[in-house]
Amino acid sequence: MTETIMSDISRALPEIFLLVAAFSVLLLDLFLSKSMKIVTFLLAQLSLLTTAWLVYNRMGVESIATSATVNNVESVQYALAFSNMYIKDALSDLLKIAMLLIGSAGFIYTRQYLRDRNMFSGEYYALVLFAILGMMIMVSANSMLLIYLGLELLSLSMYALVALQRNNGRASEAAMKYFVLGAIASGMLLYGMSIIYGLSGHLDLTGIAEYVKSSGMTKAGSFDLGLLLGLSFILVGLGFKLGVAPFHMWIPDVYDGAPTAVTQLIGTIPKLAAFGMVFRLLVEGLGDMQTSWQQILILLAVLSLAIGNIIAIAQTNLKRMLAYSTIAHMGFVAMGILAGSNMGYSATLFYTIVYALTALGGFAVIMMLSRKGYEADQLSDLKGLSQRHPWMAFMMMIILFSMAGVPPTVGFYAKMMVIQSVVDANLAWLAVYAVILSVVGAYYYLRAIKIMYFDKADTETTQAETGHKIGLDSHILLSANGLSLLALGIMPGALMATCVAVINVTMK
Amino acid sequence: MTFEQIIFYFFSTILISGALGVVLVRNPVYAALFLILSFFTSSAIWLMLEAEFLGITLVLVYVGAVMVLFLFVIMMLDINMDPLREGFVKMMPLAALVAIIIAAEIVLVMASPSFNFDQSVVHAADYSNTKAIGNILYTEYVYPFEIAAVILVVAIIAAIALTLRRRKGVKHQNPSKQIRTKRNDRVRLVKMPSSSTQNRAGE
Amino acid sequence: MIESLISFWASLPIALTTVIVILLKIVAIILPLILAVAYTTYAERKVIGYMQIRMGPNRVGPKGWLQPIADVVKLMFKEVIIPEKSSRFVFLFAPIMVLAPALVAWSVIPFADGMVLADVNAGLLFVLAITSLDVFGVILAGWASNSKYAMLSAMRVGAQVVSYEIAMGFALVGVLMASNSLNLSDIVNAQAGGIDNWFIWPLFGLFLVYFISGVAETNRAPFDVAEGESEIVAGFHVEYAGMAFALFFLAEYASMILISALTSLMFLGGWLSPFEGTFLVNIPAIGALFDSGIHWFLIKIMIFLFFYLWFRATFPRYRYDQIMRLGWKILIPVTIVWLFGEMVAIGLGWTPWA
Repeated sequence: MTETIMSDISRALPEIFLLVAAFSVLLLDLFLSKSMKIVTFLLAQLSLLTTAWLVYNRMGVESIATSATVNNVESVQYALAFSNMYIKDALSDLLKIAMLLIGSAGFIYTRQYLRDRNMFSGEYYALVLFAILGMMIMVSANSMLLIYLGLELLSLSMYALVALQRNNGRASEAAMKYFVLGAIASGMLLYGMSIIYGLSGHLDLTGIAEYVKSSGMTKAGSFDLGLLLGLSFILVGLGFKLGVAPFHMWIPDVYDGAPTAVTQLIGTIPKLAAFGMVFRLLVEGLGDMQTSWQQILILLAVLSLAIGNIIAIAQTNLKRMLAYSTIAHMGFVAMGILAGSNMGYSATLFYTIVYALTALGGFAVIMMLSRKGYEADQLSDLKGLSQRHPWMAFMMMIILFSMAGVPPTVGFYAKMMVIQSVVDANLAWLAVYAVILSVVGAYYYLRAIKIMYFDKADTETTQAETGHKIGLDSHILLSANGLSLLALGIMPGALMATCVAVINVTMK
Repeated sequence: MTFEQIIFYFFSTILISGALGVVLVRNPVYAALFLILSFFTSSAIWLMLEAEFLGITLVLVYVGAVMVLFLFVIMMLDINMDPLREGFVKMMPLAALVAIIIAAEIVLVMASPSFNFDQSVVHAADYSNTKAIGNILYTEYVYPFEIAAVILVVAIIAAIALTLRRRKGVKHQNPSKQIRTKRNDRVRLVKMPSSSTQNRAGE
Repeated sequence: MIESLISFWASLPIALTTVIVILLKIVAIILPLILAVAYTTYAERKVIGYMQIRMGPNRVGPKGWLQPIADVVKLMFKEVIIPEKSSRFVFLFAPIMVLAPALVAWSVIPFADGMVLADVNAGLLFVLAITSLDVFGVILAGWASNSKYAMLSAMRVGAQVVSYEIAMGFALVGVLMASNSLNLSDIVNAQAGGIDNWFIWPLFGLFLVYFISGVAETNRAPFDVAEGESEIVAGFHVEYAGMAFALFFLAEYASMILISALTSLMFLGGWLSPFEGTFLVNIPAIGALFDSGIHWFLIKIMIFLFFYLWFRATFPRYRYDQIMRLGWKILIPVTIVWLFGEMVAIGLGWTPWA
C-alpha cells in the first residue's frame, strides 16, 4: 500500500512540487513589502524552472522501473498512477516542459508591464502557477474526471486573472463574458462526458476506448445515437475551449479586454493544454469514432479558417487582430487532428508549440511598447516602429511572417506539415481551401508590417515614449524568441523529429 | 405496496411539487423556500437509499449554508419578477423542446446495460455509508479529491483578490494594540501647585 | 384489565405499534424539555438577579417558583398581532421553523447507554445539519416582519451563524477523529474508563471553540447582536407577540440546552460518571449515584447552562465586527491548528484517549 503511494507520488512529483511552490509563493508574498515583490517573481520563476527540470529529469525513468502498473511491453512507454487516473508518457512530458518554459518566458516579458499597472503581486503569480498546474493535470489525465478538474482549475484561475484589474471596466466585462461562456462550455463538456460515462460505465479513457471498440462504432455505417450525442457535446465543449468557430465569440473580447499580460497567457500555454486535452479525449478515448468526429472537425476547421482570416482584416486593434488570427490558427490545429494519422497528430503538436512561441513574442511586443497608463494595442501604435526600435520591429516582422506562414520562418513549415497530413487523409479540397485562406490572412499580417516599416510615427507617440525604458531581459528574450522562429524555420528537423517520436511512442 | 414504497412516494410527491413550486410561484423568496423544501426531501430520499452521508451533507451544505446566502441576496435585492416572465408564452415551445430532448437523452443513457436497476444492494445493519465514502475517497479517488480541494483554494484566492480593497480614510481599530496599552500610555500624572492665588487668576 | 390491554396491544398491526411507541418516546423527550425550558428562564432570572445583588422573581408561588407558569399563561392569552404589510404565511411559519430543528435534534441525543430515540450512525452530522437549519426561521422572521429592525437583525444572524458553523464543524471533526465514529453513543463510549479519558483534556482547544461557537449559534450574550435591544429594539422578533413570540423563546432555550447537552456528550463523556472505576461505585446503597447514569448527564447540562447565564450576566455585548473577527480570525485558525496537531498525534500513534 505505502509502496504504491510512494511510486504514485514520485510519478506525479512535478505537479505536487508545483502545487507546494504555488502555496509558498502565495504565503511568502504576504510578508513581503511592496519594494520586495521581486522576490515573489523570482520564486515563481524558480518554481516553474524547477518543475520543468523535474519533468525533464524523470523522462523515460519509468520505462526502466518494473512495477505492476508500469506497462513496459516493447515500445509502449507510459506509467500510470493514482488508480490509473494519472498518466505519464512522452506526450505529457513534452507538453509539460513546453508549457513550463513558455510560462517562465511569459513571466519575464510581463514583469515590467505588471509593475506599471499595480498588478505585480503574489496573487497574480500564484494564480498563474495554479493555472499552469491545471494544464499539467489536463495533459497527463487518463480519466475524464481529471480532464474536467484540470480544466476547471485552469479556467477558474484565468477568469480571476482577466478580472484582476478591478477598476478596468473593459477587463471586468471581458471576465464576465469569459466566465459565462466558459461555464457553458464546461457544462457542455461535462454533459457529454456524463453521457459517455453513463453508456460505458467508465471514467478512465482506456475503459472508454474498449467500450467504443466493442460497440462496433469502428465499422463504417454503424450508428450509436448515445455515443454520438456524447461526442457532439464533448466536441462543443472542446470547441469553446480551443476557440474554434462557431464557438469563438469570447476570444476577441477576452483578448482585447484582458490586461495584455493575461492575454499573452491565454493566447499561448492553454493552446498546448487544449491540444493535450483534445488528444486524450478524441484520440485516446474515442479514437475508434474517428469517422464521426472527423466530419464535425472539418466543419469547425472550415468555419474557423474563414471567420478568423476574413474578420481579422477589418480590425484596427492589434489585440483583436491577433485574437482573430488565433481563431484561424486553431482551425489549422483542428485540421491536423482531423487527419487522424500519426503524421497529422505530430504536425499538430509541432504547430501548437510553434504557435505558442509565436504568439508569446507577438504579445510581448505589445507589452514592451505599452507604458504606464497607456496600452499600445492599436495597429497605429506600430507606426514607424522601424525608426523608433529597429531591432524590435525586425523581431515583430519575423513573428508576423511566422504567423502568416511566410518562408523561411517556422510558421510556413508548420502549416505545410498540417496541410500535407490533410492531403494524405484524402482531403485535398480542404488543403486547397486552407491555402487560399492563408493567403487571405497574409494580407493583414503584411499590412501590420507595412505600418511598421513605411508609416511615419506620430510626433506625440515619439514624445510620449521618451523616458520609457524597456527592460534588457525582455529585449534579450524577444531576440531569442524571434530568432528561434527563424532558426526553427530553417532547421525544423529536430523539433519535428521529437514530435513525431513522441506521437509514435504515445500512439503505441 | 410496502411501507418503504409508501414513504418513497410520499417524499417524491413532496419533492416534485416543491420543484414545481420553485418555478411557478411569483415571489422569489417563496421560490427559495420551495427550493429548500426540495433539497430537504431529496436528502430524505437519499437517506432511504442508505446514503446518509450524502443526504446529511446536502442539508448541511446546500440548505444550511448556500440557501442562507441565497435568501440573503434575494431579500436584499428588490427583484421585479414581471419582466422576467414576459417571454414565458413565446419561449414555451422552445423550452418544451429542450425538456423533451433532455428527457430522451436521460432515457437513452439509463437504458444502457451499464445501469442495472434489478440488482438492489442490501447492506448489513452496521454498514456505514460515511465510512465507505471516506475509504474510497482517500484511496482510489485521492488524486481528483485533492485537485478539487485545490480548485476551492483557487476560488477563495480569486474571490479575495477580486473583492478585497483597502479604502483610504477608514478608521480601524487594532485590538491587540488596544489590549497592550499600559496605564502610562493613557494617563499622565501632572503635579500642579495647589495655591489659591492660581485659582483666583483662573476666574 | 391489564392482561386485556396487553392482548389488545399485541393484536394491533406492528406498523401501528411502532408508530405509537415512537410517538410516546417523542412525548417523553419533549415534555420534560419544555418544562426544562420554562425553568431555565426562571433560573436565568434568579441567577442573574443574585449576581446583580437583587432577588429576581419572587411573587408568584413560594420564592417565585410558579413564575414561569404564570409567564406561559400570560403569553398564551396575548393576541398574535400580524403586521399589515407582512407576508402572513412566512410570518407565522418562521417561529415554527425556528423551533422545529431545535426539537428534532434531540432525537439522536443519547441520555444514557441505549436511551436514545434514533440511534443513527451519522448522529454527529445529523445534529450539525439540523442545527444549521435554525437560522432560516430567524431570517424568515426578519424578512416577513417587514420592519427594518427585524431585517437588520436577520442579516446579522445570517452572517454570524453561517460563520460560526464552520468553527463548530471543525471542532466536531476533532471529536470524530478521536472517537473514530459519528454515532453519539459511540463517542460517549469512546470516553469510558475514568475522567482522564474524557475528550476535554486532549481536545481542550476544540472544546473551548465548540462551546463559544455554540453560544454564538444560539445568539446568546455576549453574541446577541441579533437582539441588540439598545440598537435594533429586539431584532427579528420585534413584531411578534403572544404565542408566536413564545415559540422563539422556547426555541432559543431549547437550543441552549441542546448545545449544553452536545458539549457534555462530546467532551465530558455524557452520562459517564467522573468516579467511574473508583471505589466509590462499589459503596452499597449510594454506589449507584456515583456510577454512570442519566443523572450525570443532566448535571453536566446544568453546568453548561449555568455558564450561559453567567456569560450573560458578566460580558458586555460584542460589536458586530468583533464577532466576525473572533469567528474567522481566531476560532477557525485555532481549530485548524488543533486538528493538524491531532492528525500528527494519530499518525504517530500517540493517542491518549484510546
